[in-house]
Amino acid sequence: MSDDKANPAQANADAKREVSRKDFLNEITLGALGVAGLGGAALTYQFFSPKVLFELPTTFRAGNPDLYPVNSVTFLQDQQVYIVRTAAGFYAVSAVCTHLGCITQWKPEANMIACPCHGSKFQPNGKKIDGPATPPLPHYAINLTADGELQVDKLQITKADQVLKV
Amino acid sequence: MGTSFNTALESLRTTRVWKSIFRRGPAITNRTRSLAVFGNLFLHWLPVKVREKSLRVRAAYYLGSLSLLLFITLVVTGVLLMFYYHPATPKAYYDMKDLRFVVSNGVFVRNVHRVGAHLLVLLVFWHMFHVFYRGGYKPPHEFNWVVGIILLLLTLFLSYTGYLLPWDQLAFWAVTVGTNIISAAPVIGSEVRFVALGGHIVGENTLLRFYVLHVVILPLLAFLFIGVHLWRVRKDGGLTVGSKDDDGQN
Repeated sequence: MSDDKANPAQANADAKREVSRKDFLNEITLGALGVAGLGGAALTYQFFSPKVLFELPTTFRAGNPDLYPVNSVTFLQDQQVYIVRTAAGFYAVSAVCTHLGCITQWKPEANMIACPCHGSKFQPNGKKIDGPATPPLPHYAINLTADGELQVDKLQITKADQVLKV
Repeated sequence: MGTSFNTALESLRTTRVWKSIFRRGPAITNRTRSLAVFGNLFLHWLPVKVREKSLRVRAAYYLGSLSLLLFITLVVTGVLLMFYYHPATPKAYYDMKDLRFVVSNGVFVRNVHRVGAHLLVLLVFWHMFHVFYRGGYKPPHEFNWVVGIILLLLTLFLSYTGYLLPWDQLAFWAVTVGTNIISAAPVIGSEVRFVALGGHIVGENTLLRFYVLHVVILPLLAFLFIGVHLWRVRKDGGLTVGSKDDDGQN
């Protein structure tokens, strides 16, 4: 055919890609099974990822600001948060050590937050003094509700210098 | 008295019931003796012959065999413990107290399981070091070494998931620390931690997931890989076979 003579390279390329019907159907089937397999894997992963959690709510009220004396650090056991009141105002610091997750303790006599597990030490504003922890303790967003109670949102991390003035 | 027992046994062997179970006939010829092993579901895994040298203690100190035996012991004691254990918080902790102080011989079963678990970890490490020392990882046994490493990882995962189940302080913080280490992995770390824990915290979801892993999934995988591991050893000729050169010749 004149087409072959004009484009021998094209004809050659087409000839090399010749695939029998049997092989074509095999490849199509394997491809389809592969896609189905990938889809199955994705669905299985979604199955294992829980959608409803029965854990403590991450936004909680911490009571009236007057409960907290000035220059105090109060440990809230259930939520694992320190409510710190300085002369400037309030901030909420996580009590979970940033090293490997143990719950820290407030040491008023040394004016520091200390972790019993591996000896990390933090200032009340979360800044690290010593120990294997690397990041400082995160600050959670704290604000006042409409009826004048403190409210902390553990899902919102704020900058360490942000303070709630009351 | 001995002979009357023997004659009783002989007459038992002529009954139709017996002959329907043992169809090969009495194992008195070489053929029927072989059939006694080949034709049996539980025995046909075993080799027909073994080298006498491989049965000596010095061959491999029975480390692999002891690991298997200890694993089976752990499965048996584990199933016994399952009759009294609820994988729920905080009942799990009180169930362990029950097993120790209330259940008859519960303290024994629990201790065999716990001590056995520690011993198994020790044994498999020792077994691995010995195989390495003797060069048992060289061709054509490379793949079996890899299977062995997979078994080591399964043993460690079984140990780790089982550690949480008593739901005491030791268990809780060990899992907290371990899963926090997972979350330090780049990109996928916190996602993997979320799925492993079944949430953001070590809680009831975590206990249940670790229980299912410890009791169903990991033991099934372990049985599978133990099968492959032993099959490979047997097909390669068992212990005390000389190592082959790269071209497969002795």
